Order: sequence, then structure tokens, then C-alpha cells
Amino acid sequence: MLALPAIPLLALACVPLVGWGLRRAPVMAPWLAALPAALFLLVLTTPDGAMFSLPWIPTLGVELAFRLDGLSRLFALLIAGIGAGVFLYAAAYLEGHPLLHRFLAVLTLFMAAMLGAVLADDLLLLFAFWELTSLASFMLIGFDAHRAEARRAAQQGLMVTVAGGLAMLAGLLLLGDAAGTFRISAILAQGSTLAAHPAAPWIVVLIAIGCFAKSAQWPLHFWLPNAMVAPSPVSAYLHSATMVKLGVYLLARLNPAFEALALWQGLLIGVGTATMLAGAVLALRERDLKRKLAWSTVVALGTLVALIGIEDPLAATAAVVFLLVHALYKASLFLIAGIVDKKAGTRDAMQLRGLGRRMPITAAAALLAGLSMAGAPGFIGAFAKDLLFTVQLGVPRLLPAVALLVNAAMVVVAGVVAARPFMGKPMETGGVAKDPAVALLVAPIVLATLGLVFGMAPHLISAAIIEPAAGAILGRPTGIALGEKQGGTVVMTMSFAALGLGLLMFLGWRRLQPTLAGQTWLDTYGPDAGYGRAMRAVSAVAVALTRRVQGGSLRGYLAANLALVFAGAALVLVARGGLALPLPGPWAGPAQLALAAVILAGALAACRLRALFGQVMAAALVGFGVGILFLTLGAADLAFTQFTVEILAIVLLVAILARLPFHAPDARRAPERRRDALLAAGVGAAGTAILLAVLSVPFDPFITEWMGKAAVPEAKGRNVVNVIIVDFRALDTLGEIAVLLIAALAATVLLRRTGKPG
Amino acid sequence: MLDSLILRASARYVLWACVALSVFVLLRGHNEPGGGFIGGLIGALGFVFHALARGPPATRRVLRLDPLAWGGIGLLLAAGSGLPALLLHAEPLLTHQWMEGLPIGTAIPFDIGVYLVVLGFALAFVLPFLGEDAA
Repeated sequence: MLALPAIPLLALACVPLVGWGLRRAPVMAPWLAALPAALFLLVLTTPDGAMFSLPWIPTLGVELAFRLDGLSRLFALLIAGIGAGVFLYAAAYLEGHPLLHRFLAVLTLFMAAMLGAVLADDLLLLFAFWELTSLASFMLIGFDAHRAEARRAAQQGLMVTVAGGLAMLAGLLLLGDAAGTFRISAILAQGSTLAAHPAAPWIVVLIAIGCFAKSAQWPLHFWLPNAMVAPSPVSAYLHSATMVKLGVYLLARLNPAFEALALWQGLLIGVGTATMLAGAVLALRERDLKRKLAWSTVVALGTLVALIGIEDPLAATAAVVFLLVHALYKASLFLIAGIVDKKAGTRDAMQLRGLGRRMPITAAAALLAGLSMAGAPGFIGAFAKDLLFTVQLGVPRLLPAVALLVNAAMVVVAGVVAARPFMGKPMETGGVAKDPAVALLVAPIVLATLGLVFGMAPHLISAAIIEPAAGAILGRPTGIALGEKQGGTVVMTMSFAALGLGLLMFLGWRRLQPTLAGQTWLDTYGPDAGYGRAMRAVSAVAVALTRRVQGGSLRGYLAANLALVFAGAALVLVARGGLALPLPGPWAGPAQLALAAVILAGALAACRLRALFGQVMAAALVGFGVGILFLTLGAADLAFTQFTVEILAIVLLVAILARLPFHAPDARRAPERRRDALLAAGVGAAGTAILLAVLSVPFDPFITEWMGKAAVPEAKGRNVVNVIIVDFRALDTLGEIAVLLIAALAATVLLRRTGKPG
Repeated sequence: MLDSLILRASARYVLWACVALSVFVLLRGHNEPGGGFIGGLIGALGFVFHALARGPPATRRVLRLDPLAWGGIGLLLAAGSGLPALLLHAEPLLTHQWMEGLPIGTAIPFDIGVYLVVLGFALAFVLPFLGEDAA
């Protein structure tokens, strides 16, 4: 059973190899496609129900657990299979790009994370892989990091999906707590008992937020079209075929546990339907090929979410078939859009015309994918459409009307993206356009052809792929074989009505699009603009806060820090009743009294003197006095250190004072001086009170005596202080010197950036 | 810097006197007052004095390596002194290894590490303030 965990972990292990190896030998890039191809075979040959688990964080009950069932097999096959095509395509698409190795390394990381997420049998493991896909997506969207829009889109995608992921983590923790385990298979084995748990509504809502953000459901759908700034292989792979379906995957995975809940059904059907509608309208008004496809992906994701919410064997089957169909034609169309963009120099659907004669092979692949998308008879897309209509007719109220409109819109998108650019008279600017190299054509052709193959021979996938996956969503076998006629004349009528309406809208699209695009309120009040406003508000608050807190006056910072630390400490001391006086100890000798007088005199002089040099010397008097006081009390090491630090400080201060032009000895005015004096007195009083309180606690000599006794026999040293530093507490010392070095590093960087201080 | 003939002339002797004293303090630390921390500060004092008299570039030439590099070496030395115990006792840094009959053990490289980190820390902070370009 080692093949199962090997699938994601092998891919993960390849990431550094890819980055390092392809940097040295970029010509090897096309061979990388062998990795997903091998993983594809591994997934295909691993038996259903394969399990693997290894304790990972046993104290928290987190396991490195993987499991393969119908649903995860479908996803893993899509990830590895489409991955093989996309890797081959990407190597040719970005050939000669200086960062090709990095691109393919991140793409490998993404594939590993996706495989891990769909094979994980532990909620937290799934979450870890889930977030890893968000990070990979961030890096891939922002691949052209010099473009501002790429950076914005990358950040936006990350913010939306990770914020959703945070909500989901809370939901997953609640779920694990309610179920008593994080193992997904064990949770599903509990049947629908979880739906009755008091925390179930919270679990459902929180997890759904994460899934909706990841799968671009309304109103969190806006990040997906913006992500189209990424190179086309990324759009095909992450943002249509696999990553955005991860939310759908988790909803489908957990569906058996929550399907009985009305909230679950209502949430999924409601949000899914809203997403379908919003996506359809926005897809119609879009001109950019890739963004248009992205909006239609939003529609597809909404359809899938709504289908999962409908508890019916047909709905589960429809979801699985549509998922497969969509992945095939959409990845293919994105790859073709990339080719058109590269060869014709534009992605504007209004301008692109007549490429068919110059790029016949590309046009043929586009036609195949487009026909599958439109649901033409003979293609697997037709099955998906019939199933969709059958299911959606079963749900009364709004859904049939929405389904008709949305399907018509899909026909328009298919026509505008897959047919219109290749028809008509050749455009003027596309003169040099021609079919690209074979490496770019393989993936779109194979993916588009599969749509026809599966449509002609549904038995190839019916029992092996579709039924097990649909059964996993439903929680029990569906008993439905693909290819059986579903629905009756009503479905037939609706199907043709959608096709007809779509064709009409397609023919009038040149006039329809400007009207829709003129509805600028859709942009002004849309969630994308809202996101922009929210981000600007965050920046504005940060700027205002920084301006207020960081005024630039060193004296102000010092005053704030001192006041906070000592007022806080004093407050806690008083509130907790810690004020106390120590018991009177032995009287100080005359030498110590004299030293105290010297220290006091130094402190007073430091306050009263006007010249800076004099103040430094007076402060030094305090320091040396304290050092000698330590000596009289027998703390030789402490005194030694005190002297050295004192000398260093004086030398440094004198050196700096000699360099800096201190003309005015003291620029403060009387009120400021009074305020500073008050602060100093307060800090002194608080410090004294704390010291007295510390001294009033009876001293426990146990540790002191033990260290004194153990120093020579155990550490071979008579200087107990040093033995503590280098032996008894060596680990502490190691941490302290590490902090010292980090502080020095930071200071060096700061001092270098500002040039010479002063 | 502080342009004075006496200072310039004496800088080299003061530096080596400080360094010698600091090494002495470092090595006697296990039995008498002293140790890596104080030793490092005394050593830093010598270098700061040298930098005051002759300018930081001259001091950097004497140091050969960047102060931070000395600090890094020190940190590695201190951390590495725990390795023998890790191999023998599995209690790194809590148990030091001693050679039979001789006062030499892993506590000494640890203390030298502390010395170097303190020296590097102090100089990395101070040297930029003394003006890097003033020769």
C-alpha cells in the first residue's frame, strides 16, 4: 500500500529537483510531463479503497492518512492526466523564458498539493495541502511579477482563498471535535448522525465559506477572472480544471454527512444558483477570451455546487459527469486561447476573426471542445446537459428558468470562444498567425477528442469512473449507468430551446455585448470594487495609525515606552496587592553609605548639569558607584561587567558627542522639562516599589546551595557565576548570544540603509 | 577621528593590551571572576579605542573579518560545543565533556563562542557610529 502515499509525496519530492535541474538544463523541460503521466498510471492501477496511515502529530490525533475511493480517483486522474498535457504545453509555451524552471517547479508543487488534498483521509492533512495549493496559485498568478495587475490579482486570489481557508479551518476543527476524529473515512462512517449535532450549522457554514472562496462562488467569485493574468497553462490547469474544483471536492466529500440538513441543501443550491446567474450575465458582457472562459468556469462551479446540494442519485451522477466534461473542454479551450493569444497577438473576441484558414488544426480542436461545451449530440457534453436538465426540472421554482438561461449563455460562450475567432474574413492584424508547434497542440487536441470518445462510448468510463465517484458523493451506490436515456420529451424540448436561444444570442452577440458592457453599475458596485475599497481602507487606517504612533521624536518613543512598561508594572503590582516592604536586614557599613552618597550626588548632578559632557560624566559616576557597591557585596563578576559596560558606554557616548553638532545643550521648554521630570520620578518610584516587593519575598536558597555544591564536582569550576553561564544554563546562554547576534545583524542593516548615522 | 598624536601612537599598544587582558579574563573565568562575556567586552573596548584613534577602516583591517562574521563563528562554536555531549549522552549543552585529569573541556569552546559573539555584537553596533569613511 505504499503506492498511495507515494503519489503526492513523490511529486512533492520532485519540486526541488525540477527547480534545480531545469535551471541547468532547460531543454529537458518537455520530459517533465512524464512525471504526471507516471502518476496517472499509478492512480489508475491503485485499487479502490486503498488506505495508508502513519502517525504525524499523535498528541493532536493528526495522521498522515491517505485513502483512494471513486471520488478521489476521479479527481486524481484529472489532476495527473490534465497535468501531463499542461506540463507538455507549458514547456513549449514558455520556451526560452528565463524563469521556466521556477514556473515548472511551482506547477509541480501545485500538482503535488492537489493530489495530496484529494487523497488525504485526514481533515487537517487535507487542509495543509489545500493551503499549499493557494500558495502555489499565488505564485503562478503573480508569475509576471513586474506587472502591477498580476501582483494585484495574485494578492487578491490569495486573500480571498486564504481568508476562506481560515473560516474552513475553524469549521474543520469543530467537525473533528464533534465527530471525535479527524479521519474523513471515520467521519463518513458515522452516517447522518453528525447532522443532528448542535454544532452542525456552524460546521456547515464555516466549511462552506472556505469551499465557496476556493471555488469562486458568488459573492466571492471576483478573484477568478482577475487570475487570468497568469500564463495560459495556469489558467487551464489551476483556474478551470483542478484547483477551483477543490471546494467542490470537499463539499462532495462531506455531502454524505450533512445531506440531511436543510441548511446544507439550501446553502448549496442557493449560492450555486446565484453563482450560475451572475457568471452567465458576466460571461455575456466579457470580450477577453480568457476572462470570458473564466466567467463560464464560474457558471460551471455554481452548477456543480447546486448539484451537490440536490440529494438525488441523478444529481450526483450529473455532478460527476459535468465535472469531467467541464474539465476536458475548458482546459482545452484555455490552452487554445493561449495559442490564439500568442499567434494572433490579441485576446479580444470582437477583433479576432478568420483564423480558421491559417490555423486549421487549432480551429478543429477548438470546434471539438466547443461542441462538447455547447452539449452537441454525440459528445459527452450532451449527456451532461440532459442530466442537468432532468435534475433541474425536478427542483421546482426558479431552477428550470435559470438552467435555460445559463445553458443558452454557455452556448454563446462556446460560439464566441471556439467558433467566432476562426470564422469569417481574416482580420488585418492576424496576418502572421499559423498553427503552432506540435507540443502546443497535443494537449488541446487530446482533451477535446476525449470529449467525443467518451460521448460515443460512455461504457468506457461509466462503471469504472462515473458510478463510483457519484456513489461517494451520495453515500451509497447510485445504480445509474451513463448512456441510459434520462428524462423525457420535456428535457428534449428544453435542451433544444437552450440550444436555439443560445444560437440566437450568439448571432446577436456583437450588438448584445456593448449593451451589457454599458451597465457600468455592475463594476461600480460589484465585489471586485468592494475588495479594492476594503484594501484601500486598510491602507488608510495603517497610514493614519503610523502617523500617530510614529511621530519621529526619539524622546516621544522613550517616554511612551517607559510610561507603558512602568505604569503597567505598577498597576499590576497594586492591583494584585503586591506592595510590600522587606524585613529590615543588617545595617549598611560606613563605606556603603559613603558610596550611596556618591551615587546620589552623581544622579543629582546629571539632572542639574547643562553641558552634555558633564551629564555623561555624572551618569558615569552613578555607574561606577554601583559597580563598587557590587564589589563590597561580594559580587565580583557583576562588578567586573558593570565596569566594562560603563567604560564602553562612556567611550561611545563621547565619540558620538564629538561627532554630532550639539549646539543647544537642551532645547526643551519648561513644561516639557516638568513633564519629563514627572515621568522620571514615576519610573523611579515604580522601579523602587517593584524591587522592594521582590526583596520582601522570602528567599529560597535551595537552588543557590545546590549550584554552589555542584559547581566543582560536576562542572569543574570554582566560579559559580560562570559555571551557570556556560554549563548549568548553557542552553539559555546559547539563546541569548543568538539574540545578540540577531540584534547586531538588524542594527547593521538599519545603519547601512540610512548611510552614516547623524 | 579624534586627531591626536598620543592617541594614534598608543592605539596599537592599547589594543593588544586589551586583547591580551581579555583573553586572560576569558580563560581564568571558570575558576576566578571573568569569563567570555566580560572578556568579550574588554576586547571590544580595545578595538573601539583603536577605531577612535585611527578610524574604523584601520580597525576592520586588524579584525580581518566583519564583526558579524566573528559573531557567527562564535555562535557556531558555542552551538557546536554541545555536539560531543549529544553523541555521548543525548543531553547537549546540559552536560559538558571533560578530559580526564586536565582542566580542558567543551565548556572552553562554549565560552570562547560567547566571547566572540559579544565582541562581534559590540563592534557591529559601535563601528558604524564612529564613521566608516573617516580614515
